Amino acid sequence: MADVNRGNRPLSPFMLGQYYRPQMTSISSIMVRITGIASLGTAVLLVLWLLAAATSDGAFNVIDGILGSFIGDILMLLATWAIWYHVLGRLRHVIWDFGYAVELDISEKMGAIMFIGATVMAILTVIIV
Amino acid sequence: MRYLTDRKRALGLGASGQGTQHFWHMLVGSIALVILMPLFIFTFGAGFDGSREEVISFFGRPFPAILTALTLFVAITHFKRETQEAIEDYVHGLTGKLLYIAVGALAWILIAAGLFALVKIAL
Repeated sequence: MADVNRGNRPLSPFMLGQYYRPQMTSISSIMVRITGIASLGTAVLLVLWLLAAATSDGAFNVIDGILGSFIGDILMLLATWAIWYHVLGRLRHVIWDFGYAVELDISEKMGAIMFIGATVMAILTVIIV
Repeated sequence: MRYLTDRKRALGLGASGQGTQHFWHMLVGSIALVILMPLFIFTFGAGFDGSREEVISFFGRPFPAILTALTLFVAITHFKRETQEAIEDYVHGLTGKLLYIAVGALAWILIAAGLFALVKIAL
């Protein structure tokens, strides 16, 4: 290990856009991170909803009204897609972490499966729930 | 030039100074959530519609209450690690440290508040 400059290095992801064209591997990976952080936001909404249900009719009507509105419905649909995508993305990480399917073509296929699978599961969730 | 071997200088460092702890927690949490989350989505979704009375009676039942509590804890600690990892990557310095602490605080508040709500509904 050389005595490298530790103070002034570029912050990740500095390669994207400028030097790297978007690819299935990079985009599907970035989406796992985005959907993971977004799901923390979903957790905020669901915990607020649970708290409101535990507290009073007034509080419940406010939060349930917001989540049940048109914008709320779209938000919950996106949240559902995000969590399904994230589940499939983490499943891919688990498979990778055990040393399987790390080949480029299989990784790209799994990325496509994540996008398609999340969409199918989100639609299925809306139909069933 | 410092008189330390490369290995000695690398030991105990890494991006977080915590070795493979983060990786292991993410792996175990991921496997748990790949099973828990589909169960949670359909169960929570079934209880998400309806009046406050219906919601309270639904989450007062053992299966939805226990599943929601378990998923709440495992999922929010998982998202917390995930978000903090992103902060380590993209935000450095004091801002990064404060953001890291803030995300941790938010996650624990969510867990405490969610569990409180579930207990109050169920009991």
